[in-house]
Amino acid sequence: MDLTLKIWRQKNAASKGKFVTYKISDISPNSSFLEMMDILNESLVLRGEDPVAFDHDCREGICGACSMYINGHPHGPDKAITTCQLHMRRFKDGETIVIEPWRARPFPVLKDLIVDRTAFDKIIQAGGYVSVNTGGVPDANSIPIPKVKADLSMDAAACIGCGACVAACKNASAMLFVAAKVSQFALLPQGRVEASERVQAMVAEMDKLGFGNCTNTGACEAECPKEISISNIARMNREFLSAKLGAQKPSGSAGGDA
Amino acid sequence: MALAGLFLISFLGVHLGINLLILKNDGREAFNIAAHFMVTNPVVQSMQWVLFGGFILHILLGAVLQIQNWMARPQRYKVEGFSHTSYFSKFMIHTGLIIFAFLILHLVNFFFKAKFGEMPEVMIGDYMYEDMGLLVIEKFRNAGYVILYIFWLLFLGFHLDHAFHSAMQSLGLNHSKYTPVFFGISRALAIVIAGGFMIIPLVIYFS
Repeated sequence: MDLTLKIWRQKNAASKGKFVTYKISDISPNSSFLEMMDILNESLVLRGEDPVAFDHDCREGICGACSMYINGHPHGPDKAITTCQLHMRRFKDGETIVIEPWRARPFPVLKDLIVDRTAFDKIIQAGGYVSVNTGGVPDANSIPIPKVKADLSMDAAACIGCGACVAACKNASAMLFVAAKVSQFALLPQGRVEASERVQAMVAEMDKLGFGNCTNTGACEAECPKEISISNIARMNREFLSAKLGAQKPSGSAGGDA
Repeated sequence: MALAGLFLISFLGVHLGINLLILKNDGREAFNIAAHFMVTNPVVQSMQWVLFGGFILHILLGAVLQIQNWMARPQRYKVEGFSHTSYFSKFMIHTGLIIFAFLILHLVNFFFKAKFGEMPEVMIGDYMYEDMGLLVIEKFRNAGYVILYIFWLLFLGFHLDHAFHSAMQSLGLNHSKYTPVFFGISRALAIVIAGGFMIIPLVIYFS
């Protein structure tokens, strides 16, 4: 396959950046998208040029590192996959492919196609964990959990934090990511203990970092490599509303104080 | 945003219900009595201020949220947004702005006239009523106004297509059984409300 690639090149976070066009030929339709990028980079190194910097790690759709916005889609045109799982047979011979980094104010470009996704870590640090002591491994049947809830929680926990939802959203909103993290805990008894504080802290952090708002457009759900449903966003909204409206403040003079 | 939007949908329902009375073949009697009730009843008059509040809240919140959303992506993509999405949801600010612009014209045409202007009068039973119906009919004998209103209402329909179900989702009311129904209600509201309002100028113009 012969292809024309238009790739965003940016020296560092401070520089301006621009699109550079590369011609690449003899690419096997069976090679993966990242292998095609490797071949391009090898040719650039041989020519003495700076190779295109891009994030990648597991190359099997688990880590969520390979953040590339390809022809108007995060992770390319296929559904429910990451860029590393995308194959060149998905493209036509002679096609022009535009490759851009994730675009969002909280995800600044570090170099070429690499963005800084520390913002997601900050949201997790704000409350995406269970800090109560849940004790040792309980007997299998001592905490009954409905199958539906266990399944929904597992579905939410499938989020790999790649940021495709932010990249796809016209508002650069992180609602799907935060909703998945809130939901995986809110659905299970161990996570419910801190559910109210968690959702408030994580939403506050998300807003503080400058992500956009959710307008229920659904692009996040359509582009998520793990097919996280926007029903999680509704669950987060529910959790947030009930936490804001319903949570009681403990009175300072309660008898239980030490 | 969602609550103000839902309130405005309920207002559109009442507005449409009263407007459709003008099509009743009774010499505008029912419509004029209903219009008179709306401008004189104290409960309706106090609700009018709540309605203004609803409009202002919906418009201001919409503008603030949109500005935040634009700021969240300072550098746009070269190849933008081919994701499968709810189509009209991408243009709520644009359809909203068009609706707002024509809303001002609409208020000048009818609301301010009825409130502060000179109104033709008509005798119904033993009382004199403002002939609101005549005002409407005279306006819609003009083809330009009819086209303008149809255009405006088309955009109201586009805006409403992403209204009800989106409000439900924002309020956290998502359910595997009922969410598809909410989508249906949204589409139905868009067609019934925009279509219902469109019938009025068309019928008046062609009769």
